[in-house]
Amino acid sequence: MSARENILTRIGNACASSAAVDIEKLIRSRQRGPIPPMEDDLTKRFSAQALRLASDVERAATLREVPGVIAAYLRVHRLLMQGVCWPALASYDWRNAGLDVQARAACADDMLGITGAFLGIAETGTLMLLSGALTPATVSLLPETHIAVLEKQRIVASMEDAWQQLRAEHGELPRAVNFISGPSRTADIEQTVTLGAHGPYRVLIIIVDG
Amino acid sequence: MQVSSMHFKRQASANLGNEKLQHALEKLQTKFVDGRAAAIAELPNFEELRSAAVEIRDRTLHRLDAYLVRFEQAASARGAVVHWAESAADVNRLVVEIARQHGVRKAIKSKSMVTEECALNDYLTNNGVEVLETDLGEYILQLAQEPPSHIVAPVVHKSKEDIADLFEKKHGRVRTTQIAALCREAREVLRPGFLAADLGISGANFIVAETGSVLIVTNEGNGRLTTTLPRVHIAITGIEKVVPTLEDATTLLRLLPRSATGQSITNYVSILTGVKGPNESDGPEHFHIILLDNGRSRLLGSELQAMLRCIRCGACMNHCPVYQNIGGHAYGWVYPGPMGSVLTPNFVGLENALDLPNASTFCGECAVVCPVKIPLPDLMRHLRRRQFERRLRSWPERVALRSWSWLAQRPRLYAIGTRIIARVLRIFAGGKNNLRFIPGLSAWTKDRNMPAPAGRTFRDLYRSRHRQ
Ligand code: SF4
Repeated sequence: MSARENILTRIGNACASSAAVDIEKLIRSRQRGPIPPMEDDLTKRFSAQALRLASDVERAATLREVPGVIAAYLRVHRLLMQGVCWPALASYDWRNAGLDVQARAACADDMLGITGAFLGIAETGTLMLLSGALTPATVSLLPETHIAVLEKQRIVASMEDAWQQLRAEHGELPRAVNFISGPSRTADIEQTVTLGAHGPYRVLIIIVDG
Repeated sequence: MQVSSMHFKRQASANLGNEKLQHALEKLQTKFVDGRAAAIAELPNFEELRSAAVEIRDRTLHRLDAYLVRFEQAASARGAVVHWAESAADVNRLVVEIARQHGVRKAIKSKSMVTEECALNDYLTNNGVEVLETDLGEYILQLAQEPPSHIVAPVVHKSKEDIADLFEKKHGRVRTTQIAALCREAREVLRPGFLAADLGISGANFIVAETGSVLIVTNEGNGRLTTTLPRVHIAITGIEKVVPTLEDATTLLRLLPRSATGQSITNYVSILTGVKGPNESDGPEHFHIILLDNGRSRLLGSELQAMLRCIRCGACMNHCPVYQNIGGHAYGWVYPGPMGSVLTPNFVGLENALDLPNASTFCGECAVVCPVKIPLPDLMRHLRRRQFERRLRSWPERVALRSWSWLAQRPRLYAIGTRIIARVLRIFAGGKNNLRFIPGLSAWTKDRNMPAPAGRTFRDLYRSRHRQ
């Protein structure tokens, strides 16, 4: 017998009494667990939580303002005005803001990665990114600075709301759903939190109002 | 990993005298214990969440076979290949086969305790696959050739000076003891490894039956790199890690990082489903998932079944007065602390881990903090009983236990007996408060003082108070 059969037989014998449970029905019910209580203003909650987890947060009135906000941030932090963005963001007018941005997947040497976000999760101040041809996962991962553009109406309360929205808009999951909550970090040495491990050293979230 | 649980006593006493280790272990208290307390204080419905988590785990274990098959179907439908492994040896063989099949020479790994169960790294190296650990803690251990001493913080036993020495020796760079600089150094040294690897090996915190996804939580981002850059990804996980839906996984995620490190969420939570699409620039072309039993199915339907609820948060060890004093290596296998004391005997044999179920003060704190309410002290007590029944304890101990149980079932005799013993011990103490030596119990009194009985027995006191 194969390992698969052996394992399933052993499990089957151990849980024999409950064979009648219809797991498909249980799965389809997608019952939610208890969700922590939250204030009504999701944008406020999102920003406060994102700041707590060491993301930076800026506001922009419209999408057109985004390149300017990014340029100002890079200047303040004395960072290179050069990097990559998701192909999905290729139409932004980067040049006009003095930025040299290529729309492609990131390589090891790129210092800045600009992405959008599928949703923001207010509960924990978390970004939700989906991988795809126009939204490569490397852009939020390899560069030392990650900047994410998040439209205000894309902020939902909880991860449960995010799953609901994902099923409604996409049906199935993309190859990778990445929830990002601030810069990469490690506390492996003496349990001391250090920002910047293998992923970005800083994360800026630009919340766009209009 | 080589089992050394049979040497628990020797290892524990050595560690108790190790000042550096004692100093390192103090950090657990301030960082993890206090961090967890603060994170939970912020969550008004923590107890409700715990109950929901127990319900999810029990509901899944109830039909574990059906959920695993459901997972297999969903994962295969998205192009992943699901393998089943009965033992650690099966896992090792499968990984090497997959590596050969795809012509892999270099592998990178993100932290996985299941692969520690298998001693996978040694096996891969011996079979011509170069393997590099990329979690900072695991990387340090790979350089030092040591096993992890904690399931969440694998190098908790090392100081930054130890790590500085190690890095200087292995990297040949200027020595630094600055933690941020050490982290940057590791990042710089490991980056080329990520870029050159053809295979990424990861564990899984959960697998989702609904979608066939593998869910991984990390803080460093190495888990993301491991599962994004190489063209082949192998995820290896225990069969108990399956959860029915994304909603269920979400509930458990509210508890896992808070219980582990006091974080409201880990930096990254990645849900990986299938292989990369035709126009995608990143993601693996081949995705293999290995489901490992290795003794887990044996726990199902047994008195120890609740142990399969474990989500590997480490809270039980962080809060354990025994772990806090002796560290993880003393336990002699992959899983230390209270959860290890229950799991290790199941994996390596009760006779090879005789001291583990007894390595407890039974203060009960582990059960109090466990996010999935595993009654760890009860499970350890159960293992003690099994040891007794299988005659694995020494004969004097068995005789003593048997006599005590005989006596305890005869209340009058018990009252007289304890009165006599109390009197004898008092005489023996000769007016002092502590007994330094008791004939026949020298092993116990060697390191401890036994308080001398103060006067009357509990039963006498109880009776006289009741009368008043
Ligand atoms: S037994 Fe409970 S507390 Fe210990 S690691 Fe498992 S889930 Fe966490």
